[in-house]
Amino acid sequence: MTLTDTLLGIAYLITGILLIIGLKFLSSPAHARTGNTLAAVGMVIAVVATCFDLHILTWPLIVIGAIVGAPIGYFGAMRVKMTAMPQMVALFNGAGGGAAALVSSGEFLRVLNGQQPANASTLVPIVLSTIIGSISFAGSLVAFAKLQELMTGRPITYAGQQFVNALIALAVLASAVALVAGHATSPIFIALVVSAALLGVLAVLPIGGADMPVVISLLNSFTGVAVAITGFVLTNSVLIISGTLVGASGTLLTMLMAKAMNRSLGNVLFGAFGAVSPSSAAAASSGPAASVRTASIEDVATMCAYARSVIIAPGYGMAVAQAQHAVRELSANLEKRGVDVEFAIHPVAGRMPGHMNVLLAEANVPYSQLHEMDEINPQFEHCDVALVIGANDVTNPAARNVATSPIYGMPILDVDKAKAIIVFKRSMATGFAGIENPLFENPKTAMLFGDAKDTVSKLAQAVTSV
Amino acid sequence: MTAGLLVELTIFVLSVFVGFEVISKVPSMLHTPLMSATNAIHGIVVVGAMLVAGAAIGGSVGQGIGLAAMILATINVVGGFAVTGRMLQMFKAKTGPKA
Repeated sequence: MTLTDTLLGIAYLITGILLIIGLKFLSSPAHARTGNTLAAVGMVIAVVATCFDLHILTWPLIVIGAIVGAPIGYFGAMRVKMTAMPQMVALFNGAGGGAAALVSSGEFLRVLNGQQPANASTLVPIVLSTIIGSISFAGSLVAFAKLQELMTGRPITYAGQQFVNALIALAVLASAVALVAGHATSPIFIALVVSAALLGVLAVLPIGGADMPVVISLLNSFTGVAVAITGFVLTNSVLIISGTLVGASGTLLTMLMAKAMNRSLGNVLFGAFGAVSPSSAAAASSGPAASVRTASIEDVATMCAYARSVIIAPGYGMAVAQAQHAVRELSANLEKRGVDVEFAIHPVAGRMPGHMNVLLAEANVPYSQLHEMDEINPQFEHCDVALVIGANDVTNPAARNVATSPIYGMPILDVDKAKAIIVFKRSMATGFAGIENPLFENPKTAMLFGDAKDTVSKLAQAVTSV
Repeated sequence: MTAGLLVELTIFVLSVFVGFEVISKVPSMLHTPLMSATNAIHGIVVVGAMLVAGAAIGGSVGQGIGLAAMILATINVVGGFAVTGRMLQMFKAKTGPKA
């Protein structure tokens, strides 16, 4: 082992330690920023150390790549609206998956050029990381397109879909086996990349927008695994450690999220959740949608101003309307009047876990006021007014008692146990999952229709003059 | 199986346990920043991209692959940390200044 190799190994070890401690610090809001900084420092150490790697023979491509990539990443991150965060993470994740697949493709080219031995221990990791990286790249792009509404967020299904997907998966497997079993040629490698990317696209198409957080989380862990296997390709310990950390933590996070929706991961991936089936469409059109009660802003202002406690349950609608600042203003104005205001955050409200927390934090709502579902649910029955702002499916009581409902069994916020419920909504349209919500017809519920930002701002003003 | 591969597998398996252990205690309010942070961490693939882009693989295909890998990996790592930092900057304690 040369001195350079030893120093590189030590630098990578320090990086590994910093990444692990950084992730650890992310588990508390007070230390989370330090955690992110530590991880970033670890990353810089790894990059600087790699500059001294003797395997680097030429610099132009590295420098050009960094000069092109860095501003794209930086300005993308700085410009993106907080509401569009999920699709931004999907894009960055896709970039990582693509990079992992490309690195392995480069190594494959070295095998073709005779710079690397064409044996199984070289080819197996190359093939695996190319497959997983390509799936993650293509899948992330579809997830982005769905969330950015470049295409429909509804599940796209067709007859024989699972059969087609199985065929493509078989094509991936066949090319992989051929490559490792002595047919390491460019055409077969290209077939592998194309079929894996196609599999990524086709696997995400039938998944509804409401399930995208779970999918992005899963693809995130896929990229982690692809990077870890790339570490095997390059015999590079820091890639193995970091990629595996992400793969393991991402898998755990994905399972936690699926659990929060009371669904198995298999059901999320293959259930085409939220597809408009003929029977539910018929039920929707015959539903007694006329029996809802509407309220005026003044009514709601009076109710809230004289309440002892108000719980706000925000959802994706708040994000779309950019209403988080108005919501903070409302909450502050109510607190000035001595009303106790708390926020109820469903684990899958919005389109990413913790999405609501990020938005409300952006609007300066202190995190001590934000409560997780299990913590806040017992408080609803003592609460005078529950304000449901742009949330729909996560408050739908059908999840509790309608066995035929697609969301049956999903834990929900018990807003219907509050003494009065106000629902802020654009119209009577169904939520992201396309399911009727009996909460709206509850006699204790009043609807406040309109743009959430506009309505909440007016309400925030109205409560000061009650 | 070579000794080197065995060491790599050991690192891999132990990292799986560390990954599970470190994450299991994160409150759901931090899940989005966490997902974003792990997303930034797999940007470590930039190290692999540097090695491939700098390896002087012959031909325009090799160069194209190296350059594309470098660009994508840089986007991942820079964007990932920047966006996570931006998100976390917004989490404030109750005692913090209220705008």
